[in-house]
Amino acid sequence: MTQVSMTVNGKSVSGDVEGRTLLSSFLRDHLSLTGTHVGCDTAQCGACVVHVNGEAVKSCNMLALEADGADVGTIEGQANDDGSLNVIQQAFQDHHGLQCGFCTPGMVMSTAALLKDNPRPTEAEVRKYLEGNLCRCTGYHNIVKAIMAASGQDVSSIAAE
Amino acid sequence: MPKDSGIGASSKRREDVRFLTGAGNYTDDINAAGQAYVYFLRSDIAHGRINSVDTSAAEGMPGVVKVFTGKDFEGVGGMPCGWEVTDKHGAPMQEPPHPILAQGKVRHVGDPIAAVVADSLEQARDAAEAIDLDIEELPAVMDMKAAAQDGATLVHDDLKNNICYDWQLGEADDAKVNEVFANAAHVTTLDLVNNRLVANPMEPRVAVAEYNRGTEEYTLYTTSQNPHVIRLLMCAFVLGLPEHKVRVVAPDVGGGFGTKIFHYAEEAFCTFAAKACNRPVKWSASRSEAFMSDAHGRDHVSKIELALDADNNFVGLRTNTYANLGAYLSTFSSSVPTWLHGTLMAGNYTTPVIQVNVKAMFTNTVPVDAYRGAGRPEATYQIERVVDKAARELGVDPIALRRQNFVTQFPYDTPVALTYDTGDYNGTMDKLETAADLAGFAARRAESEASGKLRGLGINCYIEACGIAPSNIVGMLGARAGLYDAATVRVNATGSISVMVGAHSHGQGHETAFPQVVADMIGIDESMVEIVHGDTSKIPFGMGTYGSRSLAVCGSAMVKATEKVIEKAKKIAAHLLEASEADIELKDGQFSVAGTDKSVAWGDVTLTAYVPHNYPLEVEPGLEETAFYDPANFTFPAGAYACEVEVDPETGQVSIEKFTAADDFGNIVNPMIVDGQVHGGIGQGIGQALLENCAYDENGQLLSASFMDYAMPRADDVPFYGVDHSSQTPCTHNPLGVKGCGEAGAIGSPPAVVNAVLDALNSGGKAVDHIDMPVSPSRVWAAMNS
Repeated sequence: MTQVSMTVNGKSVSGDVEGRTLLSSFLRDHLSLTGTHVGCDTAQCGACVVHVNGEAVKSCNMLALEADGADVGTIEGQANDDGSLNVIQQAFQDHHGLQCGFCTPGMVMSTAALLKDNPRPTEAEVRKYLEGNLCRCTGYHNIVKAIMAASGQDVSSIAAE
Repeated sequence: MPKDSGIGASSKRREDVRFLTGAGNYTDDINAAGQAYVYFLRSDIAHGRINSVDTSAAEGMPGVVKVFTGKDFEGVGGMPCGWEVTDKHGAPMQEPPHPILAQGKVRHVGDPIAAVVADSLEQARDAAEAIDLDIEELPAVMDMKAAAQDGATLVHDDLKNNICYDWQLGEADDAKVNEVFANAAHVTTLDLVNNRLVANPMEPRVAVAEYNRGTEEYTLYTTSQNPHVIRLLMCAFVLGLPEHKVRVVAPDVGGGFGTKIFHYAEEAFCTFAAKACNRPVKWSASRSEAFMSDAHGRDHVSKIELALDADNNFVGLRTNTYANLGAYLSTFSSSVPTWLHGTLMAGNYTTPVIQVNVKAMFTNTVPVDAYRGAGRPEATYQIERVVDKAARELGVDPIALRRQNFVTQFPYDTPVALTYDTGDYNGTMDKLETAADLAGFAARRAESEASGKLRGLGINCYIEACGIAPSNIVGMLGARAGLYDAATVRVNATGSISVMVGAHSHGQGHETAFPQVVADMIGIDESMVEIVHGDTSKIPFGMGTYGSRSLAVCGSAMVKATEKVIEKAKKIAAHLLEASEADIELKDGQFSVAGTDKSVAWGDVTLTAYVPHNYPLEVEPGLEETAFYDPANFTFPAGAYACEVEVDPETGQVSIEKFTAADDFGNIVNPMIVDGQVHGGIGQGIGQALLENCAYDENGQLLSASFMDYAMPRADDVPFYGVDHSSQTPCTHNPLGVKGCGEAGAIGSPPAVVNAVLDALNSGGKAVDHIDMPVSPSRVWAAMNS
């Protein structure tokens, strides 16, 4: 067991982990931050995306020890300070960008990283960026629409809600 | 103007807030104090005889609580099948045992042989590696046609052959069918494969079981679409437990698509082991484990023949299908190729003579059961592919050929056991032609060709049977369950309402849409109504969510229960208003006396029901009603889809350029949610048509056992979809006039995509009349260069 310390959603945390403990497991099992989901074992589905020092990272593909000293952000830390949904979360609700909700935390975290680098992505850029995030419910239509709306673009001409 | 609340409004989903903030409560988020973890040692070969399983070394490993093998379950029931199909000679299907852990033989890669319960998952996995297996490998039974031959290796030694049943529906007189085909002006024949798929909800399956020695009660948390069904099957047929001592909870569930209907061995194992180990036991599937233990879908090999007269009227249809059931009978597997498939072979057409033949086969593969659409996509794919091929052979417009043969008079009795209550297939086709701008296709094709691409247009019609169906009818067809649903409407003293429903929401938005109905009926704000689902200790016995049934069946129960509540509330209101009950009207949450200005508010009546000081003597206090609803018939959603593809002739790459759906779902409660359901179905249908394939090699090794190998559709594989559901013929027999929308997209889209690809290839001057799914670049390239 090795002690690991990091900042998660602005709070300092630490815990004893094995060398093989994944960051996703540290968040879920040690910190009870169960909003980060694990949907595959090959770093394909993206349900586990979190931010590590501002970058989108698949937390099932990173050891907890690798995040020692890092600034980690998870879905639990995304809402506004007053608890209301942030712009991305609100856009996902407004445009029905989620159904079962399982991929949603990863989608929201990936979107935040995308919009940080590319504040007004085209449809093609959104779809390309989401290659690492699988959704089985929505057919992606309303996810892409929500992300474009979250970036301030007018999506009213996109077919159907 | 769109409505802003109640029935017909696109109310935003209230459940989204918890999902968007990481506050959902999925089964893997649940941990019981002191829980142990189970790891299943699964077969890595497809077929073998178990000579011995030596667990002695594993039992001594660090952290190990207990190791189980098939011998521990010899006195326990196996996993049951919920539908007995009778074959064409009147004999019951062959129904082999399906043990919780393998006994005697392993029959597919992933078949669980032993289970290790330990303090940690890592310890359980380490110990499983120390189990010494002596398994004699046997030839794998993989090819369905070969498996049906006399002398084939048997998957189940105690059965007479590998054929579960040889089933027939429709015209039983072969001579009559032969005569129709002999006299036809034209016969179109097509051999095709409906590829094996894996449902792959993003949340893998999980089970957490607890046993309380003091109360002798079990609690099972599980990723299920139907917790009461799981409790009944597990208690009555598998473990022999008293139902009232078992609570099954399906909390937030991350997608189902059919594969979470079934009662799985892992659920029964964890429940059994929680008592045997005197500790809570948790199992969480890895994705690779999901690939080899979740029931798969589709996997039909079919030959279909369509006979037309000289005027291009459909006069006969015959199909012969081999349906793969895998190694064991999953819960509803037997019903899928039969009563959910054969019954749909009339499609949208008036074909008078239809004969459906299905041989259902045991093979050394993962069990196959219902996946979104369940039988109806397989039927639609056959019909709509052969109709398109007939149009091409005859040189007629594929839309005109379809229109000419549409059913237009309702109710319509098909030759394959269904009665369509209502529909308007020309209406949905009209909507499609407009919404998809079919008139502009020629210009779009010219544009594609100018950039060196081939462009194709594929049309498809579908009809499906949802909201299954009168219990007495399905009982005659072999169902070992009723297919009603239930709702309890509990009005609280202050007027808010909790509705306990048998349906289960795992993405469908029931928590938002169901309150829209109840609030609309009473005239109160939607926020005053809450839906409770997924916990057998809270909800009445309902059958859960699948087959696009929730609103049509459970929603109808909810309407009936709400009507009872209103009826009783009117009695109370009449007493308070000193008026006759017959004169009481309810509108906008106010009870008033007709023709007067006397009224009393909903909240005053509900409070009176629980504080019955000034109260009618003949009325019981309280305001809570339950209704069970058994439908009079299936519902029949139908529609027409159009897909436009571009094919790169250099590489064979297919891209979906435009996809439009025109559906008739009857009345609609929440258009936003309905659109989302259609989008998701289309996404999965495009996945089947272009990308997804669950592949085995000839030895039964599962080649596609991760997202690295199984091509799930990603955001850049699909376009924005056009969705139109303005063509509405309300269901004639349920109170909301709704039909169900969950599966339509997955049913209607695969043939549209494949028809579009074939149209593109033919437009390039290559006469290609068939290509199998998934339509991969290599298959397209091969078809173009053959």
